[in-house]
Amino acid sequence: MPRRLLRDGRIVDDDWSYLAEAEGNPAAALMLTLAQWQSDRDSWIARGGRLGVVLQPSHPVELLAPDLSRFELIGTDFSGPSEGRGYSQARMLREHWKFGGELRATGYVRRDQLFFMARCGFNSFELPDTDIEAGQRALSAFSWAYQPSNDAGLPLKLQRS
Amino acid sequence: MYQYDVVDKTLVNERVAQFRDQTRRFLAGELSDEEFRHLRLRNGLYIQRQAPMLRVAVPYGMLSSTQLRALGSIARRYDRSYGHFTTRQNIQYNWPRLEQVPDILAELAQVEMHAIQTSGNCIRNTTSDHLAGVTPDELEDPRPWCELIRQWSTFHPEFTYLPRKFKIAVTGAAQDRAASLVHDVGVHIVRGAGGELGFEILAGGGLGRTPIIGQVVREFLPREHLLSYLEAILRVYNLEGRRDNLQKARIKILVRSLGIVEFRRRVEAEWELTRADGPRVDAAEIARLRSFFNPPAYRSLADCEPAAGKSTAFRAWYRYNTVAHKVPGYRAVFISLKKPDVAPGDITDTQMELVADLADRYSFGEVRVTHTQNLLLADVEQDQAFELWQTLEQAGLATPNIGTLTDMICCPGLDFCSLANAGSIDVAKLINDRFDDYDYLYDLGELEIKMSGCMNACGHHHVGHIGILGVDKSGEEWYQITIGGAAGADASLGAVIGPSVPKVDVAETIARLLEVYVEQRRPEERFLDTVRRLGVKPFKERAYAAPIAA
Repeated sequence: MPRRLLRDGRIVDDDWSYLAEAEGNPAAALMLTLAQWQSDRDSWIARGGRLGVVLQPSHPVELLAPDLSRFELIGTDFSGPSEGRGYSQARMLREHWKFGGELRATGYVRRDQLFFMARCGFNSFELPDTDIEAGQRALSAFSWAYQPSNDAGLPLKLQRS
Repeated sequence: MYQYDVVDKTLVNERVAQFRDQTRRFLAGELSDEEFRHLRLRNGLYIQRQAPMLRVAVPYGMLSSTQLRALGSIARRYDRSYGHFTTRQNIQYNWPRLEQVPDILAELAQVEMHAIQTSGNCIRNTTSDHLAGVTPDELEDPRPWCELIRQWSTFHPEFTYLPRKFKIAVTGAAQDRAASLVHDVGVHIVRGAGGELGFEILAGGGLGRTPIIGQVVREFLPREHLLSYLEAILRVYNLEGRRDNLQKARIKILVRSLGIVEFRRRVEAEWELTRADGPRVDAAEIARLRSFFNPPAYRSLADCEPAAGKSTAFRAWYRYNTVAHKVPGYRAVFISLKKPDVAPGDITDTQMELVADLADRYSFGEVRVTHTQNLLLADVEQDQAFELWQTLEQAGLATPNIGTLTDMICCPGLDFCSLANAGSIDVAKLINDRFDDYDYLYDLGELEIKMSGCMNACGHHHVGHIGILGVDKSGEEWYQITIGGAAGADASLGAVIGPSVPKVDVAETIARLLEVYVEQRRPEERFLDTVRRLGVKPFKERAYAAPIAA
């Protein structure tokens, strides 16, 4: 059964695969770990096809800078309910590095964090399947925002008034 | 004071709805204890020793009489008819029921209050000078800037899951009454080389297990960049602060391990990248915020001598519980929440309602919470002070001890807090019993005793002239005593005098420290200054010279 996820406010089937899921499918759009990408960079480039990479919270986003244009997707992983580095990683990717592709929150992602994640620039979310409909509603939990942010995961940019 | 517009109202109501649903999911078993913990903490809700504890934000200590009445009403209907004001200008309820908390929050929202980010690893309530706007020694009223920071920090999408809690204090006066040097970030309103107003920014101060005085990150920040600069500091902290060890997760540990020079370099580098696109302080917005803090309609009065010819009791109260006001004929009046037989900072529902009425009658309908856990009526006409005092006296709110030994700062301690090692309220009572002679208290002069029931230092013991820290010694409550700490512009951390002492000996040990002071002091010298001049040694020798008789 394909994985459902929330992307750009809509519930869709995931068209990306982690490496282990892509076995026997040479055309799969691949999400690599940073280690997988770094250890075999040239052969991934030679393989062709759509590439994504998933960062851990401790990875500086600058590591991706030289190759940013090769990725259509960047994921950042949330290790648990207290993890917060991904929010900064997302804003830096969107705002410093002008990453315009899919920015995906993975790992511990729940409806209660979604609004903040979307404001920081995530536009796709791997939620537990049971949380997806509620997650979609959570994107409109608040009607305004006090502070400017990129809001890349929300349908409109929020502001003070 | 600030009043909500449609945006503020909508946001707090949406938060109430969100938290009501989160509480429902928890009670239905859809959220684990751990998952709910992160959500409830960001709404000020702790699960404590006796019951849940709800901490309600009082932004930079400002309350309207309407809000104070609502707090009293909530205390009566949802709690045991009292509340507790904290060192960070908030109020705590010790006995609410979990399933009723969403209703309490809904009632708070009706009077433009909330419990958002009063706990949890996020940006907490911004604190400030309780004399803001009325003190003669101020460059500029800090409250519009506090409100700006309150709004910017509320639901900040990037900084809601920080390594640890994050506290900002703002002050605009020569004397630092907001303990800004022991905050994660201190913002000081200062004048630049050309005479223009801007900010000095400090970071890395804090108490707790590892007390550290904050250091200057930037000597002068033009005011339009305040928020982008705070964001740069927070981003460096969010990414690089330690998350593997709770005890080392505060920004002070990051600043100390990097060194202030390297920390500054990283902040400035981040700021260079973001300042152009980051939040800029909009002149119209700050003008809008400033309009809420315009001086009230003061009458044209002359200074007078209200204490002349009055009773000794009133004269003592007027001298100790009121302070100078920048407008002639007015005085700022403290309402002491340090009655000897009451836990410091506690106030009953009916007292809250009475203070609200007095605020309406005498002080333009506003009340302030001080970081010393008292209340303040900031704008009282001097010739009405006597009448006000009579009412306060009858209500048990006129204990004439502001700034003296019995104006103790004290955390809730073992009685209410699940973190505490030892009681603090009962020690406060023992100290009150021992020092019940006001002539002696007045002779001792300015003296700050601060007491915490554990290393988390909610009672700020490190920066007390005398600090008392509860420690657990094989299941018994003992107390470590420090002297020489201070929280103001000359902040310093107290030095331990020696081995901890059992509860029954705390008051006598303090009495011995004070004997040394009385013997050795120079004219006009405060206890703190005598300690600084002589060092710990003579105090230590006296404290442990002879066993204390049980």
